[in-house]
Amino acid sequence: MQYLLLLYADEAGWTKMSKAEQEQGYAAYMAYTEALKKAGALKSSNRLQPIATATTIRTTNGKQQVLDGPYVESKEQLGGYYLIDVPDLDAALSWASRCPGAGHGIVEVRPIWSM
Amino acid sequence: MAATISGDERNLLARNMAEAVARQSYGKLVAFLAARTRDVAAAEDALSEAFASALADWPKNGCPANPEGWLLTVARRKAIDMLRRRRHEETVDEWQTMSDSLEAAENNGQIPDQRLALMFACAHPAIDASIRSPLILQVVLGLDAKAIASAFLTSPAAMGKRLVRAKEKIKQAGIPFVIPEKEELPGRLDVVLDAIYAAFAEGWTDPAGTDATRRDLTEESLFLARLVTDLLPQEPEALGLLALMLHAEARRRARRSEEGEFVPLAQQNIELWDSGMIREAEDLLKRASAMGLLGRYQLEAALQSAHVHRVHTGHWNWQEVVQIYDALLGISSSPVVAINRALAIAELDGAEAGLKDLQQLAADPRLTEYQPYWAARAELLAKTGACQEAREAYDIAIGLESDAAVRRFLQGRQSALKL
Repeated sequence: MQYLLLLYADEAGWTKMSKAEQEQGYAAYMAYTEALKKAGALKSSNRLQPIATATTIRTTNGKQQVLDGPYVESKEQLGGYYLIDVPDLDAALSWASRCPGAGHGIVEVRPIWSM
Repeated sequence: MAATISGDERNLLARNMAEAVARQSYGKLVAFLAARTRDVAAAEDALSEAFASALADWPKNGCPANPEGWLLTVARRKAIDMLRRRRHEETVDEWQTMSDSLEAAENNGQIPDQRLALMFACAHPAIDASIRSPLILQVVLGLDAKAIASAFLTSPAAMGKRLVRAKEKIKQAGIPFVIPEKEELPGRLDVVLDAIYAAFAEGWTDPAGTDATRRDLTEESLFLARLVTDLLPQEPEALGLLALMLHAEARRRARRSEEGEFVPLAQQNIELWDSGMIREAEDLLKRASAMGLLGRYQLEAALQSAHVHRVHTGHWNWQEVVQIYDALLGISSSPVVAINRALAIAELDGAEAGLKDLQQLAADPRLTEYQPYWAARAELLAKTGACQEAREAYDIAIGLESDAAVRRFLQGRQSALKL
């Protein structure tokens, strides 16, 4: 089954980190991605630009509007994702728990709607 | 004269056979049918159609030698028909591939028992905690939403919806039907045990046994607890839970007088206790403690054992009781345990000491609506002679109690207070 791991974290946390800390953070994500690849579980993954770059389209009262900013303003923001292919939810959860994002934020696990 | 079996008798025979299989193997059949597809709802639907076919077929053609295999074969065919009608071709394949293992099962008459894996799926951390227990009752035992709803005091419609949603989650989220690995097992098993105990506690809230659905629930949860201990005989907490439940069940008949009045433990007629159940509970507890891994259910069973022992022998053992409460508090900081410990302290060091301990809990906002806290407080206040305060505490305890017999008991205690 395919699962999308959605990584939420406080963006401000990243900018507050020292250069060395950021490098260490990068390295952890690289290692994690590599491990997923080696296990044959990785379908794709991406990091997202900060929410300051987000634009939202929504329809209010039948009229479509383009708005500056993300869909929801919250303490944690969606910052990236992994699309993985594993046998079941337990396998997906165990990958989610290893994700560096689970150490400093939240990882939501969502099964993909198979067509 | 040769005995010929009439049509009525054949019908009865078939129904008895079907009922016996349903009672003994319902969960086993659901687990087998759902293990691969994870589609519990489809497995249940197919199985109920298979049972209907059995009631039509068996009186005519005689009961099959291997009724479980018969039911599985028919259920599988029904499921495939159903999925074809709904144009779910991709899931049809999954049901088709089941035929190999089914044939093997039919030939040797052995259906692999995956009930435990099914229970672990129902009590998966991804399933909402409050629905785990109802889900197990439905999926493993085949209880309908109406019976479960009445035991859990919710509407059948709401319960039905929540059960459907939980089964959807198992399927869509891909919750596996597996017994967790060794290192994960104790934590995951605790959740299964908690779900079984919750079902038992719901049944237990009707101590007079007048509500048939609740009465059934205690029997069903005992069945589940036995099943877990049969399948995992080396797990001390599973043994502990069964021991705890047997201890409680053993005293059922003594908890109410013939007039339906509440009888506290110390005044119970021990002739009414089920000594067979108590013996079994004690044996289980011994087996569990030999495994050297203490847990909540073993401790709670040990408490029951200590209470029973004291009433039986008159041997004053409150010291031991307090020690068990301390061990329980070491595992979880439950206010319920703390209240009972305070009552035990009162037996050990006097009412003042117990009251002092109880006072320390008063800040917990959960307790303002918790009847046992107010009943305990009232009892201890009464013993210290603080009659006015005791009366007020009794008022709150009575107001919070839903069981009429306990309410009358508390009212009796209240009116016995000196003015």
